[in-house]
Amino acid sequence: MEKVFKITKGLTGVPMHYCPGCTHGIVHRLVAEVLEEMDVIESAIGVSSVGCTYNNYDYFACDMLQAAHGRAPAVATGVKRVHPGSLVFTYQGDGDLAAIGTAEIVHAAARGERITTIFVNNAIYGMTSGQMAPTTLIGQVTTTTPFGRDAAIHGYPIRMSEMLSTLDGAAFIQRVSMHDVRNVREAKKAITKAFRLQSEGAGFTMVEILSTCPTNWGIDPVGSLEWIKEMMIPQYPLGVYKDVTAGGDK
Amino acid sequence: MSNRVLMKGNEAIAEAAVKAGCRHYFGYPITPQTEIAHYLAKRMKDVDGVFLQAESEVAAINMVYGAAGAGARVLTSSSSPGISLKQEGFSYIAGAEIPSVVVNVMRCGPGLGGILPAQGDYFQCVKGGGHGDYKNLVLAASGVQELFSLTMEAFDLADKYRILVVILADGTIGQMMEPVIIPEDTDMKIFDKPWAASGKKGGNVHHTIKSIYIDPVVLEGLNNRLQSKYREIEANEVRVETSALEDAEIVITAFGTCARIAKNVIKEAAREGIKVGLIRPITLWPFPVEIISETARKDSVKAFLDIELNAGQMVEDVRLAVNGKKEVLFHGRTGGMIPSQEEILDIVRRIAGGGF
Ligand SMILES: Cc1ncc(C[n+]2csc(CCOP(=O)(O)OP(=O)(O)O)c2C)c(N)n1
Ligand code: SF4
Repeated sequence: MEKVFKITKGLTGVPMHYCPGCTHGIVHRLVAEVLEEMDVIESAIGVSSVGCTYNNYDYFACDMLQAAHGRAPAVATGVKRVHPGSLVFTYQGDGDLAAIGTAEIVHAAARGERITTIFVNNAIYGMTSGQMAPTTLIGQVTTTTPFGRDAAIHGYPIRMSEMLSTLDGAAFIQRVSMHDVRNVREAKKAITKAFRLQSEGAGFTMVEILSTCPTNWGIDPVGSLEWIKEMMIPQYPLGVYKDVTAGGDK
Repeated sequence: MSNRVLMKGNEAIAEAAVKAGCRHYFGYPITPQTEIAHYLAKRMKDVDGVFLQAESEVAAINMVYGAAGAGARVLTSSSSPGISLKQEGFSYIAGAEIPSVVVNVMRCGPGLGGILPAQGDYFQCVKGGGHGDYKNLVLAASGVQELFSLTMEAFDLADKYRILVVILADGTIGQMMEPVIIPEDTDMKIFDKPWAASGKKGGNVHHTIKSIYIDPVVLEGLNNRLQSKYREIEANEVRVETSALEDAEIVITAFGTCARIAKNVIKEAAREGIKVGLIRPITLWPFPVEIISETARKDSVKAFLDIELNAGQMVEDVRLAVNGKKEVLFHGRTGGMIPSQEEILDIVRRIAGGGF
């Protein structure tokens, strides 16, 4: 019988610890599949950040460094400057990237650092049990916005893809979503393109991925997919925000 | 073959790093160490290296974490306020055991303070500064030639022990000009770094650079290993300069600029018949405990006088080493003020006269 699905070699096989219905695991698989398809598992270097995925150095089969909260783009910069021939990526949540690590991501993008950032936006702090993130929606209840995020008190959600796409150093930025199969496929295409452009030396690349956190949203797994579609996408429209090869194949 | 040139302390650090095989520099501008960056911005181009001006000291130290964690010899430099920002990185580098070299050309604090020389970061660099139980190997030079050779040595020590080495210089040492003999050829050791996340792994070895261990048993194991490495460094790497200790009645302890002043004081005092000696720690950690406690046991020694450009920091380590055997007096200046030779000589005279 023909084998139609197998676990990618880009993952170590260590069982993942994510909650039921969490889409972090799917994102991992997509990244790992692309590493395998590009045949770079042996040369790529990843940077884990601080958040629920802090220990994905155990899951990805390539060499990995674990960075302090928000500092992954700076760590990746150091790695890339030593190994310009290696594919270098960061994997960051929205608290990590859009709050404590804002300076590092902005400047890595502005420098056109030849790295790829996998930016998982789940509108909340997952690991520390559901506090407000910079990406939390207006009205969204979190453990630190128990009455809902109020713009007058907490300010507004940040759209990182839009913001970073204004920087000349950014070569490719796309926002994708995990809420259905079609979009998961689209996400894989985006990751492939980002990695490919990185290896061509185009500049900074990022794929922002709308992802679930059923545990801290307090919504069941299926409802969470629906919540991305109904609530998150209107605030964070999907699409390509920057593509220096525009007019090309995307 | 070697070359004799007149250099500023900061430039000597920069050139020594290049000679030591460092090809990656990450830093953020701050006085009084900017000459390191200016020098390397040009010099790294000659040697096909990387000079990168980071967006902050926080970013710079994390670039060091990445580049050194990926196997390279890396330098960052800053001055006091910037070193405060790097403390998060210091702790992570210690936990992940990444060989790194950091220069701190100290200015006066607290806060933004001023840009004049000080030694107020002794506690921060020698005792910790970041969170958790860790040590930095801390080297303090008192002249430009020594700064050059210690910087080169710092890279070997960092690689040998997989530790962060701090070159701790006060602003005077960074700014002053002295002749330096630069070796043409260096007998640089090449350290194999099989642990590095270099993306060049063979077989199934999967390299991870990290400081997080959720399992308490494993994390205590890491801490125990770090502590035994620190004991090994204490046993093997103490460097200290002493002078006129044989018959000294008063022993000055000082590092950096203060040790230079102390040497002149010793000569002057001798002329007046007062026997003064000097213990100058070159490694601030590991601290030269043994020579100080030995000296404290000598009958000829009446008292210690510790001189620093701060309100009294290294003096705590001196007191621990003296362990109550002799009186330890302290004289410090802050805010960028530097004690004059006469000022110290005056104190020495009073101690000698029993009037302190
Ligand atoms: C300096 C520092 N501050 C705070 C924390 C605690 N902390 C750990 S994870 C986290 C939030 C992570 O949220 P996010 O980046 O959105 O990732 P997620 O867990 O949702 O995947 C925080 C605040 C830390 N580890 N370090
Ligand atoms: S807390 Fe949220 S983000 Fe973290 S693993 Fe669970 S569902 Fe995923």
